[in-house]
Amino acid sequence: MQTTVEDVKKIAPKATHEVFKTMSMNIGPQHPATHGTLRLKVELDGETLAKIEPEIGFLHTGFEKLGEYRNYNQFVVVTDRMNYLSPLNNNIGFAIACEELFDVKVPERGQYVRVIMAELSRMADHVVSVGLQAMDLGAFSVMLWTFIEREKMYDIFEAVTGARLTTSWTRIGGIFRDVPADFSKLVKDYVAKFPAVLSEIELMLNKNKIFKDRTIDVGNLTSAEAISYGLTGPMLRASGVPYDVRKSRPYLCYDKLNFDVPTRTEGDVFARYQVRIAEMRESLKIIHQALEQMPEGPVNSVDHKVTLPTKDMVYQDMESLIHHFKLVMPGHGLIPPKGEVYSSTETPNGELGFYIVSDGTGQPYRVRIRPPSFYNYSSYVKQVTGRMLSDAVSCMASINVIAGELDR
Amino acid sequence: MSLDFSKLFTTLQTRFGDAILSTSEFRSQQVLRVKRESILAVMTFLRDDASAKFEMLTDVTCVDGLRLPTDMQKEFTERFAVVYQLTSISQNARLRVKAYVSEDPCEIDSVSGVWDSANWGEREAYDLFGVVFKGHPDLKRILMPDNYEGHPLRKDYPLKGRGERDNFPKFNYAQAQGF
Repeated sequence: MQTTVEDVKKIAPKATHEVFKTMSMNIGPQHPATHGTLRLKVELDGETLAKIEPEIGFLHTGFEKLGEYRNYNQFVVVTDRMNYLSPLNNNIGFAIACEELFDVKVPERGQYVRVIMAELSRMADHVVSVGLQAMDLGAFSVMLWTFIEREKMYDIFEAVTGARLTTSWTRIGGIFRDVPADFSKLVKDYVAKFPAVLSEIELMLNKNKIFKDRTIDVGNLTSAEAISYGLTGPMLRASGVPYDVRKSRPYLCYDKLNFDVPTRTEGDVFARYQVRIAEMRESLKIIHQALEQMPEGPVNSVDHKVTLPTKDMVYQDMESLIHHFKLVMPGHGLIPPKGEVYSSTETPNGELGFYIVSDGTGQPYRVRIRPPSFYNYSSYVKQVTGRMLSDAVSCMASINVIAGELDR
Repeated sequence: MSLDFSKLFTTLQTRFGDAILSTSEFRSQQVLRVKRESILAVMTFLRDDASAKFEMLTDVTCVDGLRLPTDMQKEFTERFAVVYQLTSISQNARLRVKAYVSEDPCEIDSVSGVWDSANWGEREAYDLFGVVFKGHPDLKRILMPDNYEGHPLRKDYPLKGRGERDNFPKFNYAQAQGF
């Protein structure tokens, strides 16, 4: 129960406006609790947030403009820099959007490999976001533990993609090379240890008095509000809407895998934390099944009008040499039909959409990125207005807003 | 897909008549083109009517048709297309609505009263393309600085900017005293 201006006025009706004059304060853009470069202009009434206005755009880098001057494969590199907690999901999302535009089909093995990496990346994102949320509320050790786990997952990413953070892994019609021979073993070994980590985190937080006091019944959003604000991902599911792009419009081979969409009905910060933990368990389930079902075969589309042929083929076969030449020369090769597609995938933060308008040249005419963080963060004002200042920190952490994706 | 789009488009055509310009399909994605004057009425109908039920506005954006090849330009009756991506969670369907806005007056009715998500989406479209959304509660720049001139995602705006990096206003010590 919070004391509002109205409550005080009931007790002291004669008090003048001067007594309740609010204080303006600036939070950020360089503040550890703002998760990147976010600025908040707040009007404080005592410790209550009378008015709050987020200001974004400090990390605006013009990705959408840049996309109009890069070809389709070059733009994959740009997508790494968007959500830097889960770059693989961005790579895969953009590749899937382009494949829909080009009408290319990725072979089954390629789809399974993508699913496994996407789920590992989702786990890396969720585990860090839970850790940072705990750190913002005072449980510092959880953050350290979760970062150790992410480092271990990054070891797998490094083995597969050659980079830890800026992965640039996918190509239109496939991935840049097949996974290493010991890929299954690497993933299996890691995944076997992960449930213990989740239990450890839950042991630290689920019964933690401070954590619960600061998260339960904080930042509540009803399902109608969540839908109206365009929330997606764990935030929407914590408000009781079982919407997941992996289920509603299955891409890759998600329709062949058996998993649940965890939801909560409370819609508060604690529910979002619970959804994230439950989603990591589902990711584990997906990875186990995908490793089991993963077939042998090529990972890239055999349509070499889109994907590069292997070097052996280029040296021995004239057709492949021509394909290679056309693909690497500007103005040849990778030319999509004229048209436009909107395609979206489920990234850890929610629905990441790409709206690509093609004018039939090598560069997209327009690439619109539909960032989940942008719309999730737009509900922030609704969540915290009228609440205590400390709740602002708690809510911000639960949104897991990534400035790179927010501002693009 | 449970939503019957041909039926929905017929309903829209009988209800709104001329306001529905055309419909099309590419890669099994449905597109609806609407006159900009009736965007608010059509969008409210699409959200509320039982045959549509698009509860969520996933995205608002804009496309500048200035440099399109001539055969694609035909679709653009005006310079800008404001593009709305709608999602129906209950019927598991998606629809793209487009409305065309001229260069001058570059304005269209805001749908921020219909969906809350339009608030920031329209601010971004205004910021980067200069499309004014009439009736928006707080239409101001969101990504670019408030004192920025021009709209960077327009096609006539150069990739490397107009010298903003070199010519930004500098304060000297005497001016700074006033702050």
